[in-house]
Amino acid sequence: MATPRTHPKVRPYVLTGGRTVTRHRLLVHTLVTVPYYDPGLAAAMLPEARTLYEQARDGCSVAELSALSGLSLGVTRVIVSDLAAAQRVRVHAETYGSPFDRRLLERVRDGLRALA
Amino acid sequence: MVSAHSPEHSTTTAKIVVAGGFGAGKTTLVSAISEIPPINTEAWMTTAGTLDDPLEPDSDKSTTTVAMDFGRRTLADDLVLYLFGTPGQQRFWPMWDDLCRGASGALVLVDTRHLDRSFAAVNYFENDSTVPFVVGVNMFHGEQTHRLDAVRQALSLHESVPLCAFDARDRAQVAGALVGVVEHSMARTARPAPPRPMAPALR
Repeated sequence: MATPRTHPKVRPYVLTGGRTVTRHRLLVHTLVTVPYYDPGLAAAMLPEARTLYEQARDGCSVAELSALSGLSLGVTRVIVSDLAAAQRVRVHAETYGSPFDRRLLERVRDGLRALA
Repeated sequence: MVSAHSPEHSTTTAKIVVAGGFGAGKTTLVSAISEIPPINTEAWMTTAGTLDDPLEPDSDKSTTTVAMDFGRRTLADDLVLYLFGTPGQQRFWPMWDDLCRGASGALVLVDTRHLDRSFAAVNYFENDSTVPFVVGVNMFHGEQTHRLDAVRQALSLHESVPLCAFDARDRAQVAGALVGVVEHSMARTARPAPPRPMAPALR
């Protein structure tokens, strides 16, 4: 897989306009998808945004987007947040209210039991 | 990749954090259960850790975890479990809070040959995190060299923290240990189920 690395002399804050915080809650395992992929739009994007936009077509977590694109987690979060604000990608809210929601834990437990 | 063909069908992701001292077997554990080769976010850190991470001459470990490895396991059509290994080196600790946010539980791996290397991880989950954790003794070469009560004593581990032993190379044993992690989280966070409805799918 092609992993276009940012030029080592380009500092991360150049890519994010100095921003380090995001509007969306982007945990490392938060799922990002592309509701409708527009190739023309992708072609017009900055390289980093385009890489993330195309990577997210398959649906993957923020950490996967970071690792697969070669962008640091912080930069990935800011760009994904921008893409989400422009409704280019969808940031999936947690389905359950808490990571300790009983139904969620039961489902994870049952899934793991099937592997044990 | 996670199926995303139907926008109305919302996939849920869950996360378990795997912590432990350097060389305790975190990467091995993630590899054993992950359906993808563990991904390394080395982009997070630009300096290699070879000087700070001396490997034992007798160790089988030939690669070093620079930042953190993570893997993924699809448990159902709409449920994906992510496993994140915490970076073992002390200078990466600020990442731990980030990794632990939203985690459903944690597994702290210990190597009984180097118990001291996992003290910091145990300490973190005892004092600096609200994520329930279980301690797992990695049975290197499939052997349990110490009794669990002796390990518990050496780690000064509170009796409320479950302790188990398993081979981190074995998928079924790893899955069993993770079941223990989830069950511990259920016990620790048990309360009357809130009548919270599931988040409606976005359209």
